[in-house]
Amino acid sequence: MDAKENRQLQILACKVRMGAIEGVYRAKSGHPGGSLSAADLLTYLYFREMRVNPEHPKAENRDRFVLSKGHGAPGLYATLALKGYFPMAELKKLRHIGAMLQGHPDMKGTPGVDMSTGSLGQGFSAACGMALAGKMDRMEYRVYTLLGDGEIEEGEIWEAAMFAGHHHLDNLCAIVDSNGLQIDGPVAQVAGPAPIDEKFRAFGFDVQIIDGHDFGAMEKAMKHAKSVKDQPCAIIAQTVKGKGVSYMENQVSWHGKAPNDEQYAVAMQDLNRTLSELEAE
Amino acid sequence: MAEMVKKATRESYGEALTELAEDYPQVVVLDADLAEATKTAFFRKAYPNRFIDCGIAESNMVGVAAGLAACGKIPFATSFAMFSAGRAYEQVRNSVGYPKLNVKIVGSHAGISVGEDGATHQCCEDIALMRTIPGMVVLNPADHYEMKAAVKAAVRWNGPVYLRLGRLAVESFNNSDDYKFELGKGITLRDGKDLTIVATGLMVSRALEAVKHLAEQGIDARLINIHTIKPIDRGLLVKAAKETGKIITVEEHSVIGGLGDAVCGALSEECPVPVVKIGVNDQYGHSGPAMDLLDEFGLNAAHIEETAKKFLGRETQ
Repeated sequence: MDAKENRQLQILACKVRMGAIEGVYRAKSGHPGGSLSAADLLTYLYFREMRVNPEHPKAENRDRFVLSKGHGAPGLYATLALKGYFPMAELKKLRHIGAMLQGHPDMKGTPGVDMSTGSLGQGFSAACGMALAGKMDRMEYRVYTLLGDGEIEEGEIWEAAMFAGHHHLDNLCAIVDSNGLQIDGPVAQVAGPAPIDEKFRAFGFDVQIIDGHDFGAMEKAMKHAKSVKDQPCAIIAQTVKGKGVSYMENQVSWHGKAPNDEQYAVAMQDLNRTLSELEAE
Repeated sequence: MAEMVKKATRESYGEALTELAEDYPQVVVLDADLAEATKTAFFRKAYPNRFIDCGIAESNMVGVAAGLAACGKIPFATSFAMFSAGRAYEQVRNSVGYPKLNVKIVGSHAGISVGEDGATHQCCEDIALMRTIPGMVVLNPADHYEMKAAVKAAVRWNGPVYLRLGRLAVESFNNSDDYKFELGKGITLRDGKDLTIVATGLMVSRALEAVKHLAEQGIDARLINIHTIKPIDRGLLVKAAKETGKIITVEEHSVIGGLGDAVCGALSEECPVPVVKIGVNDQYGHSGPAMDLLDEFGLNAAHIEETAKKFLGRETQ
């Protein structure tokens, strides 16, 4: 990808981050840390990778995305709104009574959400089912799912991994948003799922490790993933929790907390600065 | 009139799936390493490409079923009730129930009549668990013919369904030509005015036996078969309460949260009458032959009969 395209994706990702912060701030609750760590991955998937059309959110042959780490919803919502699935104004009503955007993704109520998730571990199984349906029906679509590195402590993740490997689901791509932190502290200290790559490999996955904030690396990894036959793919994306907002980066405490008025202003300043720098380039 | 057969409802389930498969190409069957026991093996043999063995991983099986349903399939996710409704409860609630996906959760070997496997496998809580999930239809057919009709109704119903199967062979009685299965409708098997016995699943044939004995003793008991525990046939129950004044519920399930509670819930606003619940009384089972266990836990015709007589003040001296 050329520098211009890369910059365009960075601009979009910055807007995704702004949308996520906006939502969490207005909701006075939610999960900013993991939304920000996943923002670049979500941007890449929806704006470069997946064959989707917001005009036809239920098209049978569309690529699917399952946010298995459902608490990253503010990031997903901002991405979907920017893509055109629903108005940006909805982001300001996140988690409000009567609003479309629930605390965790709801496929019944939100256009573009392919699976209801939030209870950790469950989205991955559903993604496996979607990929298997694609195989059974000889459809061309691919299924992407985003897992948290804390989430993979759930046993169901490994049941699903075994299933995907056993059924050779090469239309399935699992991306681990490996930001290293979970609610109770660093993932390595809480329960230690490492080595993540070797685990997925042992379950029959083709595994790549990339910088989850580098669009060039994502392009390369996704290209490789699509060339793999008979094996599902795992991309371990090394990310920074809270990425893009100075005081949230690598802070456990920003897993599930909303910024107050002052913090919101600082976050928006940070992101606006990044945005103007990118737009000036 | 169809022939009388003695068959476990799990067998009828396996047959029904296989018979429906041609007409409903979206139907796929999932199992968790119990296909021979749950009788999904019939389907596996006939339609190997539409059968998915998920291995001993029920939580994932239910999630996979949800994903398949999100892509237009009609999955029947099958295991023992203890595991499909019990272990995977939260997957059923969040991945199937909440998004209202068209998944059929099937719980075989339900109740105490699993027998020798003992308490760990005798699920007497599945109806209670599944009833609490918003929008979940809960079916507990009583014999071979009713199970076949229920499977068909479940396929035609667009949304989550829980279907309960038994291990034990039961005599069929729903073999008349005018037998009609309607989702959400109870069936009056015998009219009567002294009291009403409301039974479900395996216990219906036993209740049928009990009302015959009662009739011989001059007691005119009504018998209602409730195959759909949710949504329950409130109209039929209220009518029975008004006309007979006393109700006995009979189920091979805990008295907490099952048919008995569903009946009480249906009656409490419109026509509260005394209800005696026959079922498993807040206890675990244990190993033993199924028939002996059913007797020990009072899940037989004799106990229903005694309970009815006591309820009417007609105890045998």
